[in-house]
Amino acid sequence: MLAELGNFALVLALMMGILLSIYPMWGAYKNHTKMMAMAKPLAIGMFVFTAFAYGCLTHGFITDDFSLTYVANTSNSTLPLYYKITAVWGGHEGSFLLWVLIFSMWTVAVALFSKAIPLKMVARVLSILGMVGIGFYLFMLLTSNPFDRLLPFFPIDGKDLNPLLQDFGMIIHPPMLYMGYVGFSVAFAFALAALISGQLDSTWARWSRPWTIAAWSFLTAGVALGSWWAYYELGWGGWWFWDPVENASFMPWLIGTALIHSLAVTEKRKVFKSWTVLLAISAFSLSLLGTFLVRSGVLVSVHSFASDPSRGLFILGLLVVIIGGSLGLYAYRAPQLKATGRYQLFSREVLLIGNNVFLTAATLVVLLGTLLPLVHKELGMGSISIGAPFFNQMFTYLIMPFVLFMGIGPLTRWKSQSPQALYKQLLLAFALSISAGVLINASFEQSSYMAAFGLVMSFWIIVATIMEIQQRIQPQLTSGKSTILQSLQKLTPSHWGMVFGHLGFAVTLIGIALVSAYNVERNVRMTIGDSVSLQGYEFVFKDVSNYTGPNYTADVGHVDVYQNSKKVAQLSAEKRFYPVQRNVMTEAGIDSGLTRDLFVALGEQLKNGDWSVRIYVKPFINWIWLGAFIMAFGGILSISDKRYRMTKMAKKPHTNKTPSPVLKEQVS
Amino acid sequence: MNPRRQKRLMAVSAILLIVGGAIGLMLYALTQNIDLFYTPSEIIQGKDGKIPEVGQRLRIGGMVVPGTVKRDQQTLAVSFDLVDTGPTVTVSYQGILPDLFREGQGIVATGVLTKNNHIEAHEVLAKHDEEYMPPELAEKMKGIKHVKPDQASYGSSKAGE
Repeated sequence: MLAELGNFALVLALMMGILLSIYPMWGAYKNHTKMMAMAKPLAIGMFVFTAFAYGCLTHGFITDDFSLTYVANTSNSTLPLYYKITAVWGGHEGSFLLWVLIFSMWTVAVALFSKAIPLKMVARVLSILGMVGIGFYLFMLLTSNPFDRLLPFFPIDGKDLNPLLQDFGMIIHPPMLYMGYVGFSVAFAFALAALISGQLDSTWARWSRPWTIAAWSFLTAGVALGSWWAYYELGWGGWWFWDPVENASFMPWLIGTALIHSLAVTEKRKVFKSWTVLLAISAFSLSLLGTFLVRSGVLVSVHSFASDPSRGLFILGLLVVIIGGSLGLYAYRAPQLKATGRYQLFSREVLLIGNNVFLTAATLVVLLGTLLPLVHKELGMGSISIGAPFFNQMFTYLIMPFVLFMGIGPLTRWKSQSPQALYKQLLLAFALSISAGVLINASFEQSSYMAAFGLVMSFWIIVATIMEIQQRIQPQLTSGKSTILQSLQKLTPSHWGMVFGHLGFAVTLIGIALVSAYNVERNVRMTIGDSVSLQGYEFVFKDVSNYTGPNYTADVGHVDVYQNSKKVAQLSAEKRFYPVQRNVMTEAGIDSGLTRDLFVALGEQLKNGDWSVRIYVKPFINWIWLGAFIMAFGGILSISDKRYRMTKMAKKPHTNKTPSPVLKEQVS
Repeated sequence: MNPRRQKRLMAVSAILLIVGGAIGLMLYALTQNIDLFYTPSEIIQGKDGKIPEVGQRLRIGGMVVPGTVKRDQQTLAVSFDLVDTGPTVTVSYQGILPDLFREGQGIVATGVLTKNNHIEAHEVLAKHDEEYMPPELAEKMKGIKHVKPDQASYGSSKAGE
């Protein structure tokens, strides 16, 4: 019964979406305040009904209602309760319900937290979100309804949740990722609303910024969690595979990163307007493209959902409508998008163009590498695959100039920067980063050229970032008005956001450089009692015991690790067998640390009782994810900046004559 | 041309140069990293009239022939035969096979062709789903695909992501 109510609630949410896409837009066109004011209750209604539907599905999972096709396919009565709750997004239909739930949450958040923005703008933004919502809700109701019943003959027990997904990382990874994906729909809606209104000054950029940064922060965390999950759950010890689905989440991230920088320039300097609008459209389109790739089954991947041609076609249609419509509107309005600011060749604007060029290039590389096999096959030229070396090589080329710009960018001034003034500073930063990078790299036994390079790049960013802070607080220090601490406190949250964002990137880069160069992997054949030494660690294979979990049985291999004859870690690597899906799963035993991870995974048991064992020592791998979380934290920090909530400034776009000193000082 | 336009021209041409260079590099890297996909019979009989050369990097997809999996007694070296509808190709591999590697199961391997019917693989993949068959393979083997009765009745969805 509840399931039918849930289905009905979804239909009601769709109705709300349809009304939302018409009334406020019409109201904004006719200047009809009452109609525009409808936007808020409609958005709330859409959210409430979606949340109710979500609750109904969750109820179906908790009560083991296997008459629901979706529950029968993704759950089982032996599944622990917490996994039953998370199994709601363990398959295609339910994860799409989570997707629309998060979508309605963003919509309602825009409706509630936009008091500083004129009613007309909010009405248009919500209307566009309503239109996007129609597409999402129709997709779910027509092609992937989670409330479909298996009546009258339904199974006694379910097919169980894919064991790979029975894991903590999986509990938080999809919601985070969807928050990011769907969050870009808000940036998209703001850009489109600005295009529709024709009010193409930079005010829309300020309104859109906190939303875009929020979406970007979630996406950053989501991508990092996915990578972390792949690392410990797939049992291969890798953290990035250039898998099509990983790429699908990485492309919106790259474009989103370009977008948050471009938005900063548009807001502060009133240039790049046209480009920013395009980026906002691209970011959301790439999110949708990712959805299409994952859910249509056109790509081979560890992730892909079961294919159903009608779904793929629907998303493709949606993609065409959204991209086509928004680009059409863009083409119509583009002539009005005139830049009013001027800037010299050496200025922060140009360096940020550099940032955008490289990020866009990186996106194109990933897009090409992901789609080429697909196109190649559809053209009838046979199946091909593009290996990880292609992406690694391209990213190595792209990151060098990118990092160079990233260090210089924050140090330069808007409009124009004299190279002489910066020359000494940059030279010092360069010398410092080279010596730091080379010295640290020398501390590793067999030093690698690539690692040294990565370290130098990371330190270049760190040193430049610190210099930038120092440059910013210097005037106050020399005038003797405040101490170092006081002047640091005077820096705005959005400035700290940039600082953390850049430092986080440097931390991730350190992790990537060191783990790529100094990662030691060995696959060995071991009998009980055998030991292997690796990087000064002695791995002793103690024994293998049996263990019975709630819905699986496991062989648990115990490996003790000694360093200088002192026991440093006790690892237990599991080989689990899930009887319902007759699936074997590897749970790696990992001892995590700031400077290294010790990783042991069981392979198969060989005929004579030996085990094949993977033994890895991964230096600094946790820095990769740590850096990503620092970046996401930076994003959150910058949203907390109170200038985004200033009503006065938002209502009256400030003119070029007297930019407030605060704004002039702020960075991004 | 006034100085400002001149500067703009420089900026634009610099961007074009970078983009052009990037595209050039990308295409070069691409040609180095494309692996063509073959089935065992295509390796022996050729695909579109072309037999792959010895030394070529490629991907092969096929079913593991039951009874052909041979392991070395001391190391992790393993070899097995792959088949689709015609002749078999032997694959040797040094390392740990994926959890779902089983005889009679569809797998995909990436490696180098060392003899006309032998591949040195450096990667062996089997999907984490026992009903899985690589789509490339399923397509090639259409018609001989066997659907278990207990799988046919359920809805179309499987867990993923």
